Amino acid sequence: MPEREQMKRTTTPKDRDQEVAEVEAPAKQGEKIKEELDDLLDEIDSVLEDNAEDFVKAYVQKGGQ
Amino acid sequence: MAVPKVCGIETEYGISRRGGADDNPVVASSVLINAYVADQRIGWDFEDETPARDARGFQRDPANPPEVETHLVNAVLTNGARYYVDHAHPEYSTPECTDALDALVADKAGERILAESMRLAERALGPGEEIIVYKNNSDGKSNSYGCHENYLMDRTVPFGEIVRTMLPWFVTRQVFTGAGKVGAEHERDRCDFQISARADFFEEEVGLETTLKRPLVNTRDEPHALPDEYRRLHVIVGDANLCEVATLLKVGTTAIVLAMVEDGAIDRDLSVVGPVHAVRTVSRDPSCRTPLELRDGTTATAVEIQWEFLRCARDYAARTGLEHCGGSEVGFDVLARWERVLGALERDPMELDGTLDWVTKLAVLEGFRARDGLDWRDPKLALVDLQYHDVRPAKSLYERLVRAGRIERVVDEAAVAAAVVDPPAGTRAYFRGTCLARWPQAVVAANWDSIVLDVGVDPLRRIPMMDPLKGTRDHVGPLLASCVTPLELVERLAGDTP
Repeated sequence: MPEREQMKRTTTPKDRDQEVAEVEAPAKQGEKIKEELDDLLDEIDSVLEDNAEDFVKAYVQKGGQ
Repeated sequence: MAVPKVCGIETEYGISRRGGADDNPVVASSVLINAYVADQRIGWDFEDETPARDARGFQRDPANPPEVETHLVNAVLTNGARYYVDHAHPEYSTPECTDALDALVADKAGERILAESMRLAERALGPGEEIIVYKNNSDGKSNSYGCHENYLMDRTVPFGEIVRTMLPWFVTRQVFTGAGKVGAEHERDRCDFQISARADFFEEEVGLETTLKRPLVNTRDEPHALPDEYRRLHVIVGDANLCEVATLLKVGTTAIVLAMVEDGAIDRDLSVVGPVHAVRTVSRDPSCRTPLELRDGTTATAVEIQWEFLRCARDYAARTGLEHCGGSEVGFDVLARWERVLGALERDPMELDGTLDWVTKLAVLEGFRARDGLDWRDPKLALVDLQYHDVRPAKSLYERLVRAGRIERVVDEAAVAAAVVDPPAGTRAYFRGTCLARWPQAVVAANWDSIVLDVGVDPLRRIPMMDPLKGTRDHVGPLLASCVTPLELVERLAGDTP
């Protein structure tokens, strides 16, 4: 795709910086979201009841409305 | 003609007692509620209750009652709510509210009341014992308990018209009312995750039952109001929500749709083929893209059907100002949020992480699945599902998400704290709650449409409150404030019944 190469080469350094910034911003944001999610999952892990299988099995309700 | 959409939410909470010998849920529910109402034990008055009357125009044979309700502990609170034991669950019925925002605040107040009840109940329990309450709808083992909504409706609207519109409405509103659930209730029709916790429990289109063969449209005809003018639509299909936006939309949009039914403002028959099956189809498609077959021969996804309802609602709002369903503030806010949510559901439902319960829960579950490589059948995911609904502030995963700033709020805590104590201003709940707060010793019994006072001289005085829109703060606030004794109140009311 020579035409496309040509177009890319004609972009100014400033444009290129912007391009890089635009590509990096979502990636950084994604990382931040992932870190936040990891922290959240750790926090949830710390409050989850012990022995998930038994706990869930023991949760039996009488039917209601 | 549309009547004001007086509304309320009644929630049966899941309950378990841990660390002790006795795990009878009826006893546990009684201990819980008694702990909260110890100081203000007001009996519920059953005189006007007729749960066997059917909206289709007949009364069930009394020899074959639809269900037996056990009312062991039954209290009225100063906020106008009813707090009682029903079907082995603690149940909290909000007071009558005039719009979805009031109903949301009253419903959140219920969560705080249950949390406080758990705290107070500790004193009545043995060492190491604990009562835990969940605001959910199923134990994952085929046992369900409900979160019902009630809406005041014009008696003259034929019930068949309500049914025709509400069937596709209930099939499709799950996309924002669903609380989310890991798996299915029955092994034979397994799924990994579904949108609604209640969808597996509906077997009929229309009927009177609430505990067996549950119908999508419930026909209980017990208006708790002037029976010639009003009916009360008892909605049993909903999930118990924790996300405020979900509760606001659930009640707010349903109120608008019901007002449109009353005013004949829905210009297209959106009936779906096989609504009972369609409920499951919608619930089991978190992508929200499965087309449903409509009776008119076309197909549409649940979201597309919702867009049709919204199109009618926008026109209706422009014509009426949503006068009877939230007005220019709450009603129009509901419309705007409804539109935003449908847009997001169409693009990518995961945009609604923190806005809707099912998406929020799914995001956490997918987080664990990705990080820990968990299969959908891993018990840890079932525990996350259950504990999302735990009402104990320290254990509730939903409350963790709130504290982490991940949940979209609609109301502030001060309003919720006030609603734990004070009744809403715009309905007869104001009269009920204020009487109870002012003269707790004089209130012998109360129910939705009357209150019985012991004024110190015989006989007991029963004050009927058959109109839910009378007994408001505007109506009786000055009167209540100026009476010193309940005797004075009944004397001054003699010429002007609230």
